[in-house]
Amino acid sequence: MSTATTTATHDHSHHDHHAPSGVMRWLTTTNHKDIGTMYLTFALVMFLVGGTMILGVRAELFKPGLQLMKPEFFNQLIGVHALVMIFAALMPAATGFANWMLPLQLGAPDMALPRLNNWGFWLLPPAAILLTAPFTLALFGIGDGAVATGWTLYAPLSVQGGIGVDFAIFSVHLLGISSVLGSINIIVTIFNMRAPGMTLFKMPLFAWGWLITAFLLIATIPVLAGAVTMLLTDRHFGTHFFDAAGGGDPILFQHLFWFFGHPEVYILLLPVWGFIPHILSAFSRKPVYGYKAQVYSFWAIGILSVVVWAHHFFTVGMPVPALLYFMYSTMSISLPLAVLFFCWIATMWKGSMSFETPMLFATGWIILFGIGGLTGLVLADVAADAQYHHSYFVVAHFHYTLFAGGIMGIMAGVYFWLPKMTGYMYSEKLGKLHFWMTAIAFNMTFIPQFFLGLAGMPRRIPDYALQFAEFNMISSIAAFILGLSQLILVYNIVSCVRGKGEKAKDNPWEGAQGLEWTLPSPPPYHSFTEQPVVK
Amino acid sequence: MATETQHYYVPNPSPYPFILSSGLLLLTSGFVFKMNNFAPGVWMMFLGFLCVLYVLFGWFGKVIGESESGQYREWEDKSFRIAMIVFISSEVAFFAAFFGALFFVRNIGIPELAHFDPSLTPYKGFTAIWPSAGPGGMVLGKLYEVAKFEPMKPLGLPAINTMILLTSGLTVTWAHWGLVKDNRRQLILGLFMTVVLGISFLLCQAYEYHHAYTEMGLTLGTGAYGATFFMLTGFHGFHVLLGTIMLTVILLRSINGHFKPNHHFAFEGVAWYWHFVDVVWLLLFVLVYWL
Repeated sequence: MSTATTTATHDHSHHDHHAPSGVMRWLTTTNHKDIGTMYLTFALVMFLVGGTMILGVRAELFKPGLQLMKPEFFNQLIGVHALVMIFAALMPAATGFANWMLPLQLGAPDMALPRLNNWGFWLLPPAAILLTAPFTLALFGIGDGAVATGWTLYAPLSVQGGIGVDFAIFSVHLLGISSVLGSINIIVTIFNMRAPGMTLFKMPLFAWGWLITAFLLIATIPVLAGAVTMLLTDRHFGTHFFDAAGGGDPILFQHLFWFFGHPEVYILLLPVWGFIPHILSAFSRKPVYGYKAQVYSFWAIGILSVVVWAHHFFTVGMPVPALLYFMYSTMSISLPLAVLFFCWIATMWKGSMSFETPMLFATGWIILFGIGGLTGLVLADVAADAQYHHSYFVVAHFHYTLFAGGIMGIMAGVYFWLPKMTGYMYSEKLGKLHFWMTAIAFNMTFIPQFFLGLAGMPRRIPDYALQFAEFNMISSIAAFILGLSQLILVYNIVSCVRGKGEKAKDNPWEGAQGLEWTLPSPPPYHSFTEQPVVK
Repeated sequence: MATETQHYYVPNPSPYPFILSSGLLLLTSGFVFKMNNFAPGVWMMFLGFLCVLYVLFGWFGKVIGESESGQYREWEDKSFRIAMIVFISSEVAFFAAFFGALFFVRNIGIPELAHFDPSLTPYKGFTAIWPSAGPGGMVLGKLYEVAKFEPMKPLGLPAINTMILLTSGLTVTWAHWGLVKDNRRQLILGLFMTVVLGISFLLCQAYEYHHAYTEMGLTLGTGAYGATFFMLTGFHGFHVLLGTIMLTVILLRSINGHFKPNHHFAFEGVAWYWHFVDVVWLLLFVLVYWL
C-alpha cells in the first residue's frame, strides 16, 4: 500500500513541474476543475450572447409593426437564441458543475477520462462559431444569414433554407459529440471512481441526477444526429426522407426531433433537481427528505421522458389512439414530479431556515418551476392544446420550465458553490438584489405572455395584431430589466474570482453536507489524490 | 479491497483535444462552403482532415505507449470498458434513428399518403406498396419523376455478406481465445482472417452499390426506398470500414508483441465494436433486404 502512495506523490510533483501556464494551461488541461471552469465561463458568455439576441427580438416586439429588423433576421434571432441558450448556456453550465463537483462529491482523484473531458469542452467553441458565424458571413455577402427555422429545424422549411441551416446541422453534430463524450465521462466516473464506501445510494442526489441525464443523452442525442444527417442529405444529396413526392414524410422529422427534444427538457432539468435538494437541506439545516423516493422519481421521469415525445405536435394529424396515448403518458410524468415537489417542501418543513442567496433562488425556483409544470399539464391535454398550440402560451410555459426551472436553478448552484470554487464570498446584498430583480422581471416578462397566448397571439412572428400591444410592451420592458439584472450576476462572479470580498471558510454554509465541503476553499489543484473512505 | 489508496492515472496536459476540435471546425465549415459552392471549402476540408489525421496518430500512439509502459492497471482498465460499452450504446441509438425512419415511412408515411381523399391530394393514384420511390412531384423547385428501379433481394450477395460477417465474428473470438491462452500464432492468424473478411465484405458491398447504380436504377435519390436503403447500409458500411481499420491496428500491435493474456482492453474493445457491427448487419439483412 505504501508503495502505491509513493508513486502517487511522485507522479503528482512530476505533473506540476511540467504544467504549462497561460493560455496553454487552458488549451491542454486535463484537470477537472480547469475544465469545469471553462465550461462555466463559456456558459456565462453564451448566456449573455443568447440574451442579447432575444433583447433584439423583444425590442422589435415592443410595439406592433416592423421597426428594427426584417422578418428574416427576426427569425434567425429566435432560432439561434434558443439553440444558444439550450446547447451553449444551460447544458454547458450543468456539465461545468458536474466537472467541478462530481469528483469532489464522490471522493475521486479526477474525472475518469481527463483528455476526453477536455475534448468535450473544446468542441463547444467551434460549435458556437458554426452557429453564429453565418450572421457575420452574411455581412460579407456569403449566404443569407443564420438558421431561420427556429431551433426545431422542422422540415420542409429547413430543407429549403439557406447556408445557415447547413452550419446549424454541423453545429448540432459537434454539440452532440461533446454531449456524448461528457456523458461517457460522467457515467464512467460515477460507476468507477467513487471513494471506497461511497455506495450508489450514498451518492449526493446531484450525481444521481447527472447519471440519469447522461443515460438520456446517450439514448437521444444520436437520434438527433441521425435526424439532422437526413436533413443534410435531403438538402444536398437528393434523398427524400422528408418529402412526400419521394414517399418520405415531413412529420418523420418531427418524430425524430422530439424523440430527442422531449428528453432534452429533462436533460436540462435533472442536474438541477440533483443539487436543489442539497441547497434546501443546507439552509433548512435538515437532512434531505425522501432521498430514495427522489432517486426512484428520477428514474421514473427518465424512463417516461423517452415515450411521450409526440405531445409536442398534437395538432399535426395523428390517429386518436396515438393522441390519447401521448396525452396520458405525458400527464403521468406529473406523478413522479409531484413526489419530487413533496420531498423538496418536506425537506424544508419545520427546518431552521435562513434565506441566503442560494436559498432564495432555490425556494423561488420551486414556485416558478411549479408554474412551469402546471402549465405543461394544460398543454398536455389534447383538446386544450388545439387552442394553445404554437401560441405565446407555449413560449411562456417553456420559459417557466427552462429559465426558471433551468437557469434560476443553475444560479442557485452558482451562489451555493461560488465560495467553494473561488475561495471568496460574494456580496450577499448584491446576490439578494440579483434574485429579486430576476424573479420580479422574469414574472413581468412571461406572465403577460400567458395572457397573449390565451388571447391567440401566435409565437415566432415579428408583427402582431393591435389588441396584443399592451401586454407585449410590458413584456418587452421587463425583458430588458431581466437582461440588465444579469450584469449583477456577472459582477458577483468576477469579484469572487478576483478575490474581492471575504475569504470563504471550508464550509461557508452551516448546514451543507457532502465531501466537497471537507476540502479547503478553493480546493487544491489535485484533490483526493488519495481517496477518502466513506463510512 | 486493494482500492483504498490506489493511484489512478491522470494524464499530463495534452494538446490533442484542442487540435482535434480545431480540425473538426475546419472540416465541417469547409464542407458547408463546398456544398454551397464557395471555393475555399475544399482546402479547409483538406486542412481539417490533416489535423484529424495528425491527432488520430498522435493521440492513439500516446495511449498505446502509456498502455505498453504499464500506466494502466485494473482500475483504469475498468474505466475504458465502461466507456466503450456506453459509446457502443450511443452508436446503437444512432442506427435506431435510421431504422425508425424506415419503420415510419413504410408503415405510417406511405400508407397515409396513399389513402388521402383523392379530391384533396396532388398524389392521385398512388398506392401503398413497398419498396416505394414515392408518387413523384415537385422537390425543391425541380420535378422529381419516379424512375423504374429494381429492389434489392436478400439472396445472392447480401446472403454471402451475412456469412462473411458471421464468420468474421467467429474468427475474432478464436483470436481472442488464442490471446488468452498466450498462443500468439492463433491470435495473429485469427486477426488476419478477420481483417481479410472485413475487407471482402467491403468489396462485396462496393460491388453491390455499383450494380445498383448502373444496372438496377437504384440510387440515393430513389425516393424513400433508395434513401433508407443507402443511408442504412452506407452508415453500416462506414462502421465496417472503421472496424476493419481498428482491427488492422490491433493486428499490427499483436505482430509487434503487444497485449498480455490478462491485459488487452484495446483488443476486447475492438472485438465488441466488431460484434456490434455484426448485429446491426443482421438487423439490416432482415429488415432492409429480406422483409
